[in-house]
Amino acid sequence: MSNYYLDHLQYLETESIHIMREVAAEFERPALLFSGGKDSICLLRLAEKAFRPSELPMPLLNIDTGHHFPELNSFRDARAAELGAKLIVRTVEAALAKGVAVQSPGQVSRNHLQIPVLLAAIEEFRFDCCIGGARRDEEKARAKERFFSFRDGFGQWDPKNQRPEIWNLYNARINPGENMRVFPLSNWTEKDVWEYIGREKLAVPSIYFSHRRRVVRRHGQWLPVSELAPPKPGERVEDLVVRVRTIGDVISTGCVESPANSVADIISEIAVARVTERGSRADDKVSEAAMEDRKKAGYF
Amino acid sequence: MTRSADLLRFNTCGSVDDGKSTLIGRLLYDSKSLMEDQIEALERSADITGAGQINLANLTDGLRAEREQGITIDVAYRYFATPRREFIIADTPGHVQYTRNMVTGASSSNLSVILVDARLGVIEQSRRHACIASLLRIPHLVVAVNKMDLVDWSEERFLEIRAQFEQFLPRLDMKDVAFIPVSALNGDNVVDPSPNAPWYGGPTLLGHLESVHIGSDWNLSEFRLPVQWVNRPNNPKHAGLHDFRGLSGQIAGGIVRRGQDIMALPSGFTSKVREIWTLDGSLREAFAPQSITLVLEHDIDVSRGDMLVDPAALPGAGGDLHARICWLHPRPLQAGRKYFLKHTTQTVQAVVTAIEHRINVATLDAEPGAPELAMNDIGEIRVRTSKPIVYDGYASNRLTGSFILIEQGTNATVGAGMLHPPAETAQPEYRDFVI
Ligand SMILES: Nc1nc2c(ncn2[C@@H]2O[C@H](COP(=O)(O)OP(=O)(O)O)[C@@H](O)[C@H]2O)c(=O)[nH]1
Repeated sequence: MSNYYLDHLQYLETESIHIMREVAAEFERPALLFSGGKDSICLLRLAEKAFRPSELPMPLLNIDTGHHFPELNSFRDARAAELGAKLIVRTVEAALAKGVAVQSPGQVSRNHLQIPVLLAAIEEFRFDCCIGGARRDEEKARAKERFFSFRDGFGQWDPKNQRPEIWNLYNARINPGENMRVFPLSNWTEKDVWEYIGREKLAVPSIYFSHRRRVVRRHGQWLPVSELAPPKPGERVEDLVVRVRTIGDVISTGCVESPANSVADIISEIAVARVTERGSRADDKVSEAAMEDRKKAGYF
Repeated sequence: MTRSADLLRFNTCGSVDDGKSTLIGRLLYDSKSLMEDQIEALERSADITGAGQINLANLTDGLRAEREQGITIDVAYRYFATPRREFIIADTPGHVQYTRNMVTGASSSNLSVILVDARLGVIEQSRRHACIASLLRIPHLVVAVNKMDLVDWSEERFLEIRAQFEQFLPRLDMKDVAFIPVSALNGDNVVDPSPNAPWYGGPTLLGHLESVHIGSDWNLSEFRLPVQWVNRPNNPKHAGLHDFRGLSGQIAGGIVRRGQDIMALPSGFTSKVREIWTLDGSLREAFAPQSITLVLEHDIDVSRGDMLVDPAALPGAGGDLHARICWLHPRPLQAGRKYFLKHTTQTVQAVVTAIEHRINVATLDAEPGAPELAMNDIGEIRVRTSKPIVYDGYASNRLTGSFILIEQGTNATVGAGMLHPPAETAQPEYRDFVI
């Protein structure tokens, strides 16, 4: 075998670095969405690979629903400081207070409220491009997503009006007021993400690893019990050894029973896992088209 | 670093109802790449549609619009892995917009799978798919003869279809073509070998995908680095970085070694490679398609859009380009119109000076006298750019030999171009310049 070949992670890495650099070169005011979750941890490492030894040529942006796991936020802040990156946080709390976002009566989840807050942040800082960590293998509607996903003046995604992406030539041109979302991890799978975290020896928030947590069984999954999400009448609270596979908010993020204590454990767990990671998020189960609807409304 | 499995990108094409969705579903299902909740979702939708039977095709039909119209509107990507390889499938539909979609899905494929319905044999659509794969210079082709169960697994029929296809092959310039008899519905020869075709001695489809040699799919002989981004730390913490000036990009061809001579084009300034910088440390050599940052011995003037090359293997250059183009947009291409042309890392203004002819996508014959190219047409055109570009023929390098056209105003991506070999090699702008 020739020495001049890349394995799948090296191939995915070079593709993503190329996309990161296209963003830095083609946009005036890009931002990188960083939540502290595993996908955005990979994004940050790819940004280092693309731009070091220079400073990252874009700030990090996080939309905080106020329903985040506390472990996640402290990880986010620590990682940004470690990299010397500028971190901008905009909260749903403040947006509700200002009336930028309005909660529908009876709704507890704030996931959908991320949309107006993100759009307001884009306007506030005049970002012309946001880099996000979405992957095509997460969900059916994402399978058609482009690397460079064009959004109109309202931040909306039109699945019928996406630009063809051919070879490695990305059309990054936009008119004033329009916006681009760029997803360098489009071709990565959950397994690739963990293998990369392992290969690069990246730190991740502790909730990805096995820990004890009080949970209730609801809609076929284990949901964490918290002040925001108390058990419903008749539900039995159990104390289980769990971990999370994908991090949404504390209300809808399902936990899986797992003894996985290391990245290597997680990789072997995924290799035999029989449920996709989005299967553990209650917000997608509502309807088969749930994700598609949120994307059209400007979701990441 | 321990190397793990490599990655194969392939696309699937076939006419409507040839069984493409079923085949992809089968690959995912039989290679155990499907998860419980995906199977559960399949079962849920099976109940809703009333048929009561799991429909593997549903796995690849993504958007609601498609479900409503019963068609696939665009390219969708699927991922699966075996211990030997990771795979990216670009699923490109076979209806009217097929040329545009196939070009979009297949441009970076290592391999195309063309489905043929064993009952129908090689039809015009099969020829079109093969021609497009050949125009795009996809290195490997698989003709999957599907629905073999409906022709009683007749070897004769399989050989007949193979002969039909081979008759047509000489025009295609495809070096690696494999024929595999399958039944996507029943799973024969997709992942598991079929007991129904004892006469077939070849690999299953997955077996072939796992073993086809893709190591030489990249051009490794002529070094090309389109400069993407100039890496110059603003306020470096380390004093040693004060004068750091790196040229970042993804190698589009060849190998670069520390200490080698390098020429920047179009200027023609020459220098040597002082360092191949990466976050993981300095490299002795780097190759396509790695993303790297080069530090040169001399501080020559280089910016985004320039190309660093091996002076012993110069590319071509020019502002009068001859290319094949696939038209992607409902507004047709007319001679005389102005566009932005993006080639490697630079975007220039361009005007299409002539449409020479349209190419019949089922025969590759020229059809002269085309006043315009409509969506899904492929044709030969002449383009003049506002400044010369540095390029190779598409046949020798897919990355330095391709471009897209962007409509001014709407910024829509309207054309995908493949350049013919340049008539002249690059002439340095500053010939007599010696550092
Ligand atoms: N008998 C038989 N039917 C098949 C086979 N493959 C697909 N089909 C059927 O052909 C029809 C079209 O298949 P589908 O996968 O939707 O085709 P697509 O339009 O190419 O995606 C469906 O009714 C399938 O069940 C096969 O190998 N044998």
